[in-house]
Amino acid sequence: MSSGVGVDLENMWIKFGDFVAVRDANVNIKGGDFFSFLGPSGCGKTTILRAVSGFLDPSEGNILIGGKNMVGKGPNERPTALIFQNLALFPLMKVWENITFSMEVRGAGRAERQKRADELLEMIALPDQCDKLPSELSGGQKQRVAIARALCAQPDVLLLDEPLSALDLKLRQHMRTELREIQQRVGITFIYITHDQGEALTMSDSVAVMREGTIDQIAKGKSIYDDPSTAFVASFVGENNVFRGKVNSITNGHAIISTNRSGELRARVSSAASGTLKVGDDSMMFIRPEALNIAEKNSDTHNNIVAKVRHSEFEGQSYNVFLEGSEGKEMKMALINRGEARLYDPGVELVLEYDANQAVALPAGELASE
Amino acid sequence: MKSESLLIRVGLVIYLVLFFTYLLGPLFLMSITAFNSASFPQVTPWEVLSFEWFSVLFNDQRIISGITNSLIVGFFTVILSVTIGLAGALMLTQIWPKIRATFYTIIIAPILIPGVVLGISTLVFWDRVNVMLGFSNDSFLHNGILLTVLGQSTFIASYCMLVFVARLQRYDVGLTEAALDLGATHVQAFRKIQLPFLAPAMGSAAVLAFLASFENYNTTTFTFQKYPTLTIELAQKVRYGINPSIAALAFIIVCLTIFFALLHEVKNRRAQLAIANGAPIGAVSNGFTMPKFFTGNPAAVSLAVFVVAVVATIGISRVYDPEPAKAVLLKEKRAEQALRIEALQNRMREKRLKKLYKGPDIFGSGNSKVPQAPSKIGAGGVFNPSNLDSASPAKPETPQSPGKGTFGNVFDPGNLNNDN
Repeated sequence: MSSGVGVDLENMWIKFGDFVAVRDANVNIKGGDFFSFLGPSGCGKTTILRAVSGFLDPSEGNILIGGKNMVGKGPNERPTALIFQNLALFPLMKVWENITFSMEVRGAGRAERQKRADELLEMIALPDQCDKLPSELSGGQKQRVAIARALCAQPDVLLLDEPLSALDLKLRQHMRTELREIQQRVGITFIYITHDQGEALTMSDSVAVMREGTIDQIAKGKSIYDDPSTAFVASFVGENNVFRGKVNSITNGHAIISTNRSGELRARVSSAASGTLKVGDDSMMFIRPEALNIAEKNSDTHNNIVAKVRHSEFEGQSYNVFLEGSEGKEMKMALINRGEARLYDPGVELVLEYDANQAVALPAGELASE
Repeated sequence: MKSESLLIRVGLVIYLVLFFTYLLGPLFLMSITAFNSASFPQVTPWEVLSFEWFSVLFNDQRIISGITNSLIVGFFTVILSVTIGLAGALMLTQIWPKIRATFYTIIIAPILIPGVVLGISTLVFWDRVNVMLGFSNDSFLHNGILLTVLGQSTFIASYCMLVFVARLQRYDVGLTEAALDLGATHVQAFRKIQLPFLAPAMGSAAVLAFLASFENYNTTTFTFQKYPTLTIELAQKVRYGINPSIAALAFIIVCLTIFFALLHEVKNRRAQLAIANGAPIGAVSNGFTMPKFFTGNPAAVSLAVFVVAVVATIGISRVYDPEPAKAVLLKEKRAEQALRIEALQNRMREKRLKKLYKGPDIFGSGNSKVPQAPSKIGAGGVFNPSNLDSASPAKPETPQSPGKGTFGNVFDPGNLNNDN
């Protein structure tokens, strides 16, 4: 599987006039990996993809594909294939002509092309559709034709620009698994662009989280979720309760933070911040809703919070309880549904506890805006 | 309520009738004149149904060569204008956004410039080019066909460009990018993806360009040299007086227009119908099933009726011979004329007789050779005012009066000489 071709971005900057779209990106993507760029819209992830596929050149820095510098080469000279956000299927060509367009421009004969189209249609489970026009296909079918068309070019790297965003939820979840399967079957490098953290975490070997042109963190999905390196990553990926405050003390990788409204709380210092986070610094502490729990009694340690229930809702696999701490501090707690009734009346006062290892302390920073 | 809606409906019908009369009335009248045997285009008085003007038209060498020239000019104008228009429209999508508006204004300016100005400037410009290149006066740059094509294309290309711009606005640049990404060169991406997308626009632009070229007069009048187009020929004919063969030509053009309009409509309706029925588009473009062809398609029915009407007309023109009817008419005319002449003669004779009886009967009633003489000699009736009255029927009125009467002598050929 690691036979694929790697992609490296070295100190890459992309500027449009005064506007910096991508700031000093350094990424090493291993061959055969499923790599995702995750970030809110307008963060520069599509710009990176267009630079890799050759539609624009970086202002500074290099793009290496399989160790070869690609800067200055056009999209038709690079071993990449891009799946566009709107798929960009050729509307006047039949499905099989669409799929084998890359062979047509190389001068392949009709019989050869039709044979290859049949193979690929078999692979994407769309046999007997080869003579239809794209407008006669459903959304999911178009999606698969676009993938087949890209794979037909036999690229070393497949680039996907939010290809699932136009599909409905069920189909999207189905296509996630399918994409992952296809990637494992063909064994080439996939670079995937999305603003949907669910897609990024489920499919990827590695995820890069981007904020306003800067790559904040590159890691495996679990590390991104459990050990975020910036306040932005912690607030953008998944849900999090944020507590602002100052660092009171640090011992053995755990910090005591005196929070603005919830007293002194203990949290693990993020591995990215260990060494840089000092006593007295402005800090932010993050606790996931599912890390909070109801304590038997208030033992007055540094991992207890007292809060009143505002309202709670049932979500199937879990209960969401919205709470109000001292001075109106809002919090959210998620309790797993184990069959018992755990809906709480508004106004009930609860004592919450959490494992300090599941809380993360980070230097104060910009949060992702909802 | 009900009477009010009825009123609105009646009003609407009246309005529509007036509107279409205004639009199509002249065409209708003119078409009728083509079938009247009268030698001036007229509906009343109706003489005899005749197809002779069509044969006059097809035997008129100047009209035929005019049509030929128009077709040649139209063909090359279509090629040149569509090419230039397409290039201009593509340029407009590629150019920096900042100067796009300026570029657009410059490129559609020829539409706003009067055709006369374009014609003169074409003539002057290519003459200068000819001089600069040191060619003789009868070089290819003074060829009427070439100059007309060049002159017409200056503004027809702008029309074409507008058609292409409209189509290109709906083009997804992502398609070209996808083609490039799949390994196509820029030329391949253009030829295989963008050009097929523009094909319908090229068709409309070509039709538009051909029609604009075919009907152009203002620009062509300066550039045609030895190759007068149809419009030029018609204009020259009008100057020397027209006969209904021009109406016959117009009738043919009207028929062709109706035919192609209906054909287009039929195709559109069929596609819409098929899509509404959920048929795949591929099935719409092929397969011509006769019974289905007419179902729920009024355009198809009218097309069929129209074709039958045209075929019937042509058939009648083969069989029908207007000559006997014409001969009858001629006879009637002659008879009528003879009657009129006789009546006139009778009247004059009566008057003469009256006068003779009025005057003193010196020489007797037998001498009638010089009717005035007796009165002159006799009672000196020279100054008798009744003399003038008696002379007037025989004598024409003063020569100036017909011209002066209507136009104040504007058309008097002598006028020009007087001015000098």
